[in-house]
Amino acid sequence: MVATLDWLLPAPPDFRAQLKALRADCGTDAPAATIEERLSSLALHQLDLNRLGQLARAGADWAAIQAAGAHGPALLARLRLGLIGAGTLDLLADAIAGSALRHRVLAEVVVGDYGSAVTDALNPASRLRSAGLDAVLLVPDHRMLGLDRPQLEKAAAEALVAAALETLSAMVAGLSEDAPAGVLVATLVPPLEPLFGSFDALEPGSVHAMVSAVNAGLVAMAASGRITLVDFARAASWAGLAGWHDDAQWHAAKLAISPDMLPLAGDMVARVLGALRGTSRKALVLDLDNTLWGGIIGDDGVDGIAVGQGSARGEAHLAVQALALALRSRGVVLAVCSKNEEATAKAPFTDHPDMLLRDEHIAVFVANWGDKATNLRAIAAALNIGLDALVFLDDNPVERAQVRRELPMVAVPELPEDPAHYARMLAMAGYFEAVSFAAEDRVRADAYKANAERAAFAGTSDMAGYLASLDMVVEVRPFDSMGRARIAQLINKSNQFNLTTRRYTEAEVAALETDRQAVGLQFRLADRFGDNGMIAVVILRQSSEATLEIDSWLMSCRVLGRRMEEATLAAIVAAARARSAATLLGRYRPSAKNAMVADHYARLGFEPVSTAEDGSSEWRLALAGWQPPELPMRFEGPMAELVAA
Amino acid sequence: MTDSEIMAKVADLMVDVFDVDDLDITPATSADDIEEWDSLSHIRLMISIERAFKVKFLNEEIAELKNVGELVQVIQQKLA
Repeated sequence: MVATLDWLLPAPPDFRAQLKALRADCGTDAPAATIEERLSSLALHQLDLNRLGQLARAGADWAAIQAAGAHGPALLARLRLGLIGAGTLDLLADAIAGSALRHRVLAEVVVGDYGSAVTDALNPASRLRSAGLDAVLLVPDHRMLGLDRPQLEKAAAEALVAAALETLSAMVAGLSEDAPAGVLVATLVPPLEPLFGSFDALEPGSVHAMVSAVNAGLVAMAASGRITLVDFARAASWAGLAGWHDDAQWHAAKLAISPDMLPLAGDMVARVLGALRGTSRKALVLDLDNTLWGGIIGDDGVDGIAVGQGSARGEAHLAVQALALALRSRGVVLAVCSKNEEATAKAPFTDHPDMLLRDEHIAVFVANWGDKATNLRAIAAALNIGLDALVFLDDNPVERAQVRRELPMVAVPELPEDPAHYARMLAMAGYFEAVSFAAEDRVRADAYKANAERAAFAGTSDMAGYLASLDMVVEVRPFDSMGRARIAQLINKSNQFNLTTRRYTEAEVAALETDRQAVGLQFRLADRFGDNGMIAVVILRQSSEATLEIDSWLMSCRVLGRRMEEATLAAIVAAARARSAATLLGRYRPSAKNAMVADHYARLGFEPVSTAEDGSSEWRLALAGWQPPELPMRFEGPMAELVAA
Repeated sequence: MTDSEIMAKVADLMVDVFDVDDLDITPATSADDIEEWDSLSHIRLMISIERAFKVKFLNEEIAELKNVGELVQVIQQKLA
């Protein structure tokens, strides 16, 4: 189930022919968005190594064509990944690049020289480190670190573990210099063979215990922010260690991961790449009948549906609800999309005693007789997120097929017949992979719900009166360590309201805190309905003595229509004047998703400077005499006085 | 399975493994004849054959293979 990625559709028999047709279209003037959606769709199948390799090559060829030509903005995120570690890594490289398309990342994987992982990492002039990488994945194994034999002297065992961690740490330090988006390290997958047996866990010098100790060290390194973890040990335990380690393949071809497990390993890496590039999904849209409960609410009534303890079927559907609630607690927004009368569909949420999911957990509830693709569009619009941020869970294969055909960017897991497996299928697919967990995540689902209430409130009064009645408070701060994780998250997740779509990692954000040539601003917005948390980020760079360039300006779409753009500009101007700048330079770089801000600088009164062929444009604002408009919010924080003055 | 049936199936797998269309496979075809048949795609080919025919090779059985004809013979022995 896990190793074969059963949440994906089986590959079509004519996969290679479909890919060939797509490759032919790469040579036409088809827009990049179309080509890349088709590439990603082909990746949404159970693919063996050959097909992953074919897809990887097609992706690489297309990336070169797109970079060179006039196909319009790219749809998928880009990432150049170095890959080093134990044994032959080329097959893993194919699996990563092929799987990355599934997670909406067009990754180019550069493999280090065979057997040269340590020198590749430590030598600044190595081919790998000179390859212009964004990130590096290090896949060590116990053999490479000298942990393949027991060391039954306690002190010697501890020294061996310490040495292994030092080696890894030194490699990470070297690689970090040439991997601006970060170094990923895979945990060691423990070999199967017991020495004592269960007692291995207690004997510090057993291979099993030493591997566990190194993995604990890697977790600590990840917690300190030095690396991003890719938990191969966990993946191997899901699928079975005996299947992961294939000694015959190791001896013959130095494959540290059995070929059968490479699709899973590739997908594990691809999920993390997606999380780093902000393509993880944000919302879970749930069907009702036979998905959240057993039976048809319209026929069976609240008393007749199966949900809750007491029947296997009821418990299976309850498990789906429990998973949805758990996802909600970490920031995944929940919505409902059902073919039903609305009042009938809502009844179990208020009247059924065993339902875990209640009205208050659902940000958008759509129940009607329209088709699901149309309703999913409406849900994405109501939540102000892209369709590619949605996961749609539905037991009905016909509905799933319709949504896949109409909206290939919506993730739709395959489900087996038995609802007992629904929750696991959804969880194992890795749609909501994260590389951090910030305070904002804990309350995000509530924030979306509150937004719906604000929208309803807005309908009852004039706009200015509505905004004034919100009692908005904007807190502006320079970048600081407390805001760092959330700043990086916003920078990497914001797609629509994002003027330049420049992505920076947490490490790069940290560097900006002390960069004298740059100013980072973080904005929080609170109002009478609650705290929205950090909702906007701006990075300014000194481009000449009198000019500050707006390198990045991005905002969460949750706060659109609140005049936050103008408030942000007021703070930018204040920061620029504090540095005695006379001019602000703004730039718009079109992406597949940010058309909503194409006129952003025009709306704010900037003068157009130039427009390039690819649609990008430059704008200028003279600061002399510029006055902020009357705004329906007040400022707080260390820069409040500056903005007010 | 006859030798020619095995041969046809191997040829299909080669198209997938080497990712090229116009392969003319005969019993005499060897790695020297196909540009894409390098050591890495050889590993891929063996993995694909093992899976497609549901057989497992010993390393020594495939280390000395000179051409497709010999490969077909090894598969035939495994299937017998």
